[in-house]
Amino acid sequence: MTELVTPEIMQPLLPELVLALGALAMLMVGVAWRDRHDGLVNVLCALVLAAAAAAVLAIPPGRQALFGGSLVVDDYARFLKLLTLCGSFGALVISLDYLALARQQKFEYGALFLLSTLGMLLLISANDLVALYLGLELMSLSLYVVAAFERDNARSAEAGLKYFVLGALSSGMLLYGASLIYGFTGTVSFSRIAEATQTGAGIGLVFGLVFLFVGFCFKISAVPFHMWTPDVYEGAPTPVTAFFAAAPKVAAIAVFVRAAMAAFPGIGHEWQQIVVFVSIASMALGSFAAIGQRNIKRLMAYSSIGHMGYALVGLAAGTSEGVQGVLIYMAIYVAMTLGTFAVILSMRRDGQWIETISDLAGLSRTQPTMAFFLGVLLFSLAGIPPLAGFFAKFYVFLAAIKAGLYLLAVIGVLTSVIGAYYYLAIVKTMYFDEPAKRFEPMPGLLRIVLGVTGLVNILFFAYPAPLVTAATAAAKSLF
Amino acid sequence: MTIGLGHYLAVAAILFTLGIFGIFLNRKNVIIILMSIELILLAVNINLVAFSAHLGDIVGQIYALIVLTVAAAETAIGLAILVIFYRNRGTIAVEDINLMKG
Repeated sequence: MTELVTPEIMQPLLPELVLALGALAMLMVGVAWRDRHDGLVNVLCALVLAAAAAAVLAIPPGRQALFGGSLVVDDYARFLKLLTLCGSFGALVISLDYLALARQQKFEYGALFLLSTLGMLLLISANDLVALYLGLELMSLSLYVVAAFERDNARSAEAGLKYFVLGALSSGMLLYGASLIYGFTGTVSFSRIAEATQTGAGIGLVFGLVFLFVGFCFKISAVPFHMWTPDVYEGAPTPVTAFFAAAPKVAAIAVFVRAAMAAFPGIGHEWQQIVVFVSIASMALGSFAAIGQRNIKRLMAYSSIGHMGYALVGLAAGTSEGVQGVLIYMAIYVAMTLGTFAVILSMRRDGQWIETISDLAGLSRTQPTMAFFLGVLLFSLAGIPPLAGFFAKFYVFLAAIKAGLYLLAVIGVLTSVIGAYYYLAIVKTMYFDEPAKRFEPMPGLLRIVLGVTGLVNILFFAYPAPLVTAATAAAKSLF
Repeated sequence: MTIGLGHYLAVAAILFTLGIFGIFLNRKNVIIILMSIELILLAVNINLVAFSAHLGDIVGQIYALIVLTVAAAETAIGLAILVIFYRNRGTIAVEDINLMKG
């Protein structure tokens, strides 16, 4: 029974070890250097994230279960861990200039990113309810703190408080669901829950399932549990918003899909209805509520609600192709979001950041390259071919149609047409309105991130094979 | 009358509902929200321990201990954020959390 913890056994957990030790080391270094080199510590934190990504790539293929099956490292986990680390890394990189300019240069920022990312990686690997809860809390607790990071700013403090209250409520609901599932199946392990639910589920278990899914929906900000998203996105410092939009969503979708597929395959028809409803509601709210927004961060909040709805279309299909669609969707979503936030972070005039959409007026004449790339990203978010965002939607809708969910696919296409309106309205503002005053020049790191994500979106159609192959392999490992 | 699993579950369900209502109906004070969150987590713990005793399985009790630990961390962070909010705004009334309207 006793397993000796040897280096070979721990090897699949190398990314987590790198992050955990890295976060502790960065805290020590930060304290030792006092306030002199906080910017440097944040750069080092970005390097730790890169090292963790390299460690993910070094894990040998195949499925490994660790700690008595609590954590599992398979192709699915590897794909999503790499994606999460890319999202965190990108968000930290685009934070660096902001922190320096806003005089918010504190080393805790990078350390909190590392701890939160560690929580996400554990969440992605979680294969029982205890590991799931611990990963989720490690992620969320660090996120509450970074949301309130600008502590002299009333809006940031309010964002942190709102996120904390609703996040804690959602964890409580998730936990109540987990306790019911434990009670009615007698186990916390996903594979044994799957055995216990093979023949159907009683009312207690269905209650537990619903509470568990409510918790997940909160974390991915799906309707009807989305109400924190616009306020937190608006109030939190912009690079933190970029982080919220990119990394935790990936991890939360990952655990949602794994829990649904690994623990409750026997009662698929029960949860499929929930997912279909949540997906339709998110897609509809994401496209209608964004229309009236003036603040671009709020707009991105509604946009992310909508995108989570599209990603859930793949989960609703409940097939290997559906999961593949979710994975491709999330990968492209991270690229689109990071690029858009790189632009939002460079909307700066007279030493102040500005957030209203009308400030982008005439950007094509003042800063044509930036306008071009933002235009590409917005077209991609709207899902217009041949950009990457189109293929993301294509794969999930295809999976939904193959699974016979015609209504869901039709509603998805309709809402993406409506959603295109507000993305195109921004493009119109940039290209046809009278120019507003010029922004300050874009910092080099933001240019790199914007260029890379923009090119990924443009060139995806020419060479989709690596992403699609990796997503197919990852999806297969769940079945 | 013997007290069985059903009674424990009923108590936990009542506590859980009280906690949820405490968060949504309370218009006064954020501290009450923190207390409500604590109530929700305690309801979960009663559930876990009752199931653990009923099933004769130790995992539920371990889970309950983990929940206790995390709840302490969560409250600490919540209070810290609340202090920051109070410094900025000079109030912790729920109706004053309104800089952004969602």
